Amino acid sequence: MRDRILAYGLPIFVAVAVVGFWEWAVGAFEVSPFVLPTPSAIATAVVTEWSSLAASAWVTIRITIVAFVLALVFGVAWAVIFAQSRTIERALFPYAVTLQVTPVVAIAPLILIWVGLDNAERAVLILATIVAFFPILANTTLGLRSADRGLHELFDLYGASRLQRLTRLQFPAALPYILAGMKISGGLALIGTVVAEFAAGSGTSTGLAWVIYESGFNLRIAKAFAALALLSAIGIAIYAALSLLERQLLKRWHESATSVE
Amino acid sequence: MLLTFDHVTKRFPSGVEALKDANFAVADGEFVSLVGPSGCGKSTALRLIAGLTAPNTGAVKWAGTPPTLGFVFQDAALMPWATVEKNVRLPLELQRMEEAKIRDRVGEALNLVGLEAFARSYPRELSGGMRMRASIARALAADPKVLLMDEPFAALDELTRERLNDELRALWAGKNLTIVFVTHSIYESVYLSSRILVMSPRPGRVVADIAMDDPRARDPEFRATQIYGERCREVRAALKMREDT
Repeated sequence: MRDRILAYGLPIFVAVAVVGFWEWAVGAFEVSPFVLPTPSAIATAVVTEWSSLAASAWVTIRITIVAFVLALVFGVAWAVIFAQSRTIERALFPYAVTLQVTPVVAIAPLILIWVGLDNAERAVLILATIVAFFPILANTTLGLRSADRGLHELFDLYGASRLQRLTRLQFPAALPYILAGMKISGGLALIGTVVAEFAAGSGTSTGLAWVIYESGFNLRIAKAFAALALLSAIGIAIYAALSLLERQLLKRWHESATSVE
Repeated sequence: MLLTFDHVTKRFPSGVEALKDANFAVADGEFVSLVGPSGCGKSTALRLIAGLTAPNTGAVKWAGTPPTLGFVFQDAALMPWATVEKNVRLPLELQRMEEAKIRDRVGEALNLVGLEAFARSYPRELSGGMRMRASIARALAADPKVLLMDEPFAALDELTRERLNDELRALWAGKNLTIVFVTHSIYESVYLSSRILVMSPRPGRVVADIAMDDPRARDPEFRATQIYGERCREVRAALKMREDT
């Protein structure tokens, strides 16, 4: 109980202290609101600008979720193909790595040209998917291979088909790995969406990243901070949701999900 | 003879020879222990019997069609994400048996190893001995004629091991079952077996074939008898003899 209070209480205490100091310091040192608005001004901006912020947030959330789901589907599918044959994996894995290490900002203009300049949202979606895809692929590939050797031999002994082995042995064994990959990818999908929007979204895009960009130009710094706060909130929500999913799916059988007591 | 190893040699891709010119036979209804030092190819012999790997030269022959096999792996090898019941069901489901029959068989197998009350537990909630019981139940569920066991009790504490030894012997005595049991424990082999095959260090060959009295007549007191001690000495001598040469 005491531990729980500390676990939740301490971060909240830190937040209150930092926000309080920030509010006080901006006034005390007469910081220009164009450089750093007070927390209360940001909170006010969230309320007064809510309709435009919420619309933009929804665009960002939608792209992030779709990119995440696409990354999950492609990542797992590609990993399943890898798991069927070492030769295929050897042939293709370097390209997956190449895709991962090439900076998304650098390929953004190309993607934008390919999908058409008036399809900025689709370009952002593709870029965010590329960014989020690799952790799922790498973790799932590893996970599909992590099943116990004795269990593999048991499946051999009873003449299991490839499909039976995949669905009844390799997938369950890979689940903790896939979930760990999903936690990383969830955050990356959001980052990918924001970065891609900065890089490719000029003009037609309407997500939160663009709000930050635009508000900066218009010197509406409080609104930019409000958009930033919403982005953080979205990121936290994604992480919390995926952690909850992980705990629910693994709690009965996997060491990682067992509470330390 | 139910099963014959005819000049079997097995080399791994690395070039290491696990078995070299191994010859032995197992008769129907026997409890045969393969005893030998670590890495002498005993586990490889079991895998060859199970058809999980093939010999480089020689042949593993069955009298007639190969019988149904059960395999108990060294460290239980249970699926951690599935309950005991689901683990025991696995071989039957892989063979696409009908549901009513599966339920009967699984119930019977769990009953046989005394795990009915833990059908819905997950492996991590069980002790090592109970996990091994679940593994044995899984092997028995397919109703095998031949049970292959790869050092099943090696990781258990002494008391649990002795209890499971008794249970296994009772199980074998109560069924028409042939068991090939791999162990590095001299005591365990003498206590359980109707025949002991002593293997040389790698590359493994059978260097002694020691026939025992009927294990059905034994009880835990057997461990205190003179004949038990003599048998242990005999097996140890056969193991030692190879080390010296």
